Amino acid sequence: MKRLMMAAAVLALGLSAASAQDEPTKVGFVYVGPVGDFGWSYQHDQGRLALEEAFGDKVETTYVENVSEGPDAERVIRQLAADGNDLVFTTSFGFMNPTEKVARRFPDVKFEHATGYKRADNLATYAARFYEGRYIIGKIAGRMTETNTIGYIVSFPIPEVVRGINAFMLGAQSVNPDIQVKIIWVNSWFDPGKEADAAKALIDQGADILVQHTDSPAPMQVAEQRGVYAFGQASDMKEFGPNAQLTSIVDDWSQYYKERVQAVMDGTWESTDTWGGLDAGMVVMAEYRNMPDDVKQMAEETEAAIRSGELHPFAGPITNQAGEVVVAEGEVVSDEDLLSMNWYVQGIDDKLPQ
Amino acid sequence: MWAEAIILTVITAATPLALAALGELVTERSGVLNLGVEGMMAVGAVTAFAVAVTTGSGAAGILAGAMAGAALSLIFAFLTITLATNQVATGLALTLFGLGISGVIGDGFVGISRPPLPQLEIPGLSDLPLVGRILFRQDAMVYLSIALTAGVWWFLSRSRQGLKLRAVGDSHASAHALGLNVMLTRYLAVMFGGACAGLGGAYLSLAYTPMWIDDMTAGRGWIALALVVFATWMPWRLLAGAYLFGAITILQFHAQGAGIGLPSQLMSSLPYLATIVALVLISGRGRLALRHTPLSLGKSFVPER
Repeated sequence: MKRLMMAAAVLALGLSAASAQDEPTKVGFVYVGPVGDFGWSYQHDQGRLALEEAFGDKVETTYVENVSEGPDAERVIRQLAADGNDLVFTTSFGFMNPTEKVARRFPDVKFEHATGYKRADNLATYAARFYEGRYIIGKIAGRMTETNTIGYIVSFPIPEVVRGINAFMLGAQSVNPDIQVKIIWVNSWFDPGKEADAAKALIDQGADILVQHTDSPAPMQVAEQRGVYAFGQASDMKEFGPNAQLTSIVDDWSQYYKERVQAVMDGTWESTDTWGGLDAGMVVMAEYRNMPDDVKQMAEETEAAIRSGELHPFAGPITNQAGEVVVAEGEVVSDEDLLSMNWYVQGIDDKLPQ
Repeated sequence: MWAEAIILTVITAATPLALAALGELVTERSGVLNLGVEGMMAVGAVTAFAVAVTTGSGAAGILAGAMAGAALSLIFAFLTITLATNQVATGLALTLFGLGISGVIGDGFVGISRPPLPQLEIPGLSDLPLVGRILFRQDAMVYLSIALTAGVWWFLSRSRQGLKLRAVGDSHASAHALGLNVMLTRYLAVMFGGACAGLGGAYLSLAYTPMWIDDMTAGRGWIALALVVFATWMPWRLLAGAYLFGAITILQFHAQGAGIGLPSQLMSSLPYLATIVALVLISGRGRLALRHTPLSLGKSFVPER
């Protein structure tokens, strides 16, 4: 009898091992917005779709969209972990604490949190250096503007956004010292109507190029209607501005997601902290268009120089608004300082909302 | 030229608010509080855009948006009027349902751009200096919102049917005793509200920002609800309020662009602060302000048999 039970147990073990091999790797995603936002969450979902395309039957993906950054998030993340997902990506800053909490309770599940800083043995973080793209569009804007006035539509005064404005300005000043930037805070990441209103206000005040750090294609559409240029954000927005879009800073997570899922499959996954830029393929510049060849060439050269590490957008000397040299010649701003940036470079005519 | 540019932008910002709020005003005047405006706007927006893209006709889109809003409000009407469910809870549920279903309907329409609704040109008048562009070169829905305001005002204060609707809203028991059809009146008022919310949504997805994206209403349904209270249930005051709310946003954007240091967070909350002030005034001034407040607002009517 005892032997029979052991045999059964061995058989059961063998069966479960066999089925574990055949079972697909399960990957869960938590999005803060709807997949149809054509911006942040949409791009993460494109990464998820890329996984399905690359791995076919070997992966099984699930996503939960429109998850608010609060108690709800913890419930959703816990559910995904309990459902047997091997790897869970939580894709908004506000998911940091819930992800950490759930990760502690599910030590066998691997978690990846975007744009946060809390890590654990089974919790990795990842983010992208979008400021590299912003430096490039700054240079393009510096060359393309005729009124020397750029309109910049922004969401909230957080380091990510401030860093973007500074990178843009440094790029622009490198080719056009007289350039001015008008900044409008719309206090929302996503409100097409308000973004359009802000775009109109900026154009009415003489801006001939629009930059946005909000998520909807509304400013691009306004630029197209009014006959000015604009840069897209998060996804390629040329459909909304075929004559307006100069390029777009595209979030591309597919390469990273593929690498991480492959690592889980191979059993080589480790908790890491990734901050990738153009070189990692996380930041991709959409086609340079609607500009003369020499400007295009400059943009491509800048992109190549940043990718190779030859050029750092935040290389000194850099002066702040008060005229103090914050970064000396030959130095670059450290990643730590970049991540907490809360000051403007010289030449920006705006007071940072505190 | 700045003044003209600002006014033109204010008009586009105010029109969707005015349209949605007008419908809610009529619904509330009949004694029904429908908090589902945001959801109905979203469904109106996605339906209008989908139909306009598929058929190529903006007019068909506008019509479809209004019909979709009315159809959604019919669910609300059945639940709250026939089944006498709690209006607040049902309205909130309608908003959640509307936002969700609009995402499903719009799945294939994300990432498509459309030219805005054409502006109507009146030869001669449209080219007048100063007022030409503002008064005589708008799209049809702007004129519709103003005509609708006049229509609602006339209906409520000058017509017999409007008097009956107000009676139903003020005291459904008395209206019922007088032989008025409370149920039917409220059904029609709720559906008018739904159609108007649908029109407001259609304006967003066809004229304001001609595209569909999930959640593009971005809280305008809630501002419309606040606007009804702000206007103390009076149509012309409501239209003025919509323009005021629009103007606050646009002016603060211009101020920011011009480098005038106003705290933008505070400015963004001004419409809501204004509504709270209006609420305080209503509750404090007694009879005068209460004159237009529907006294049965939010109460379910269950006829005694």
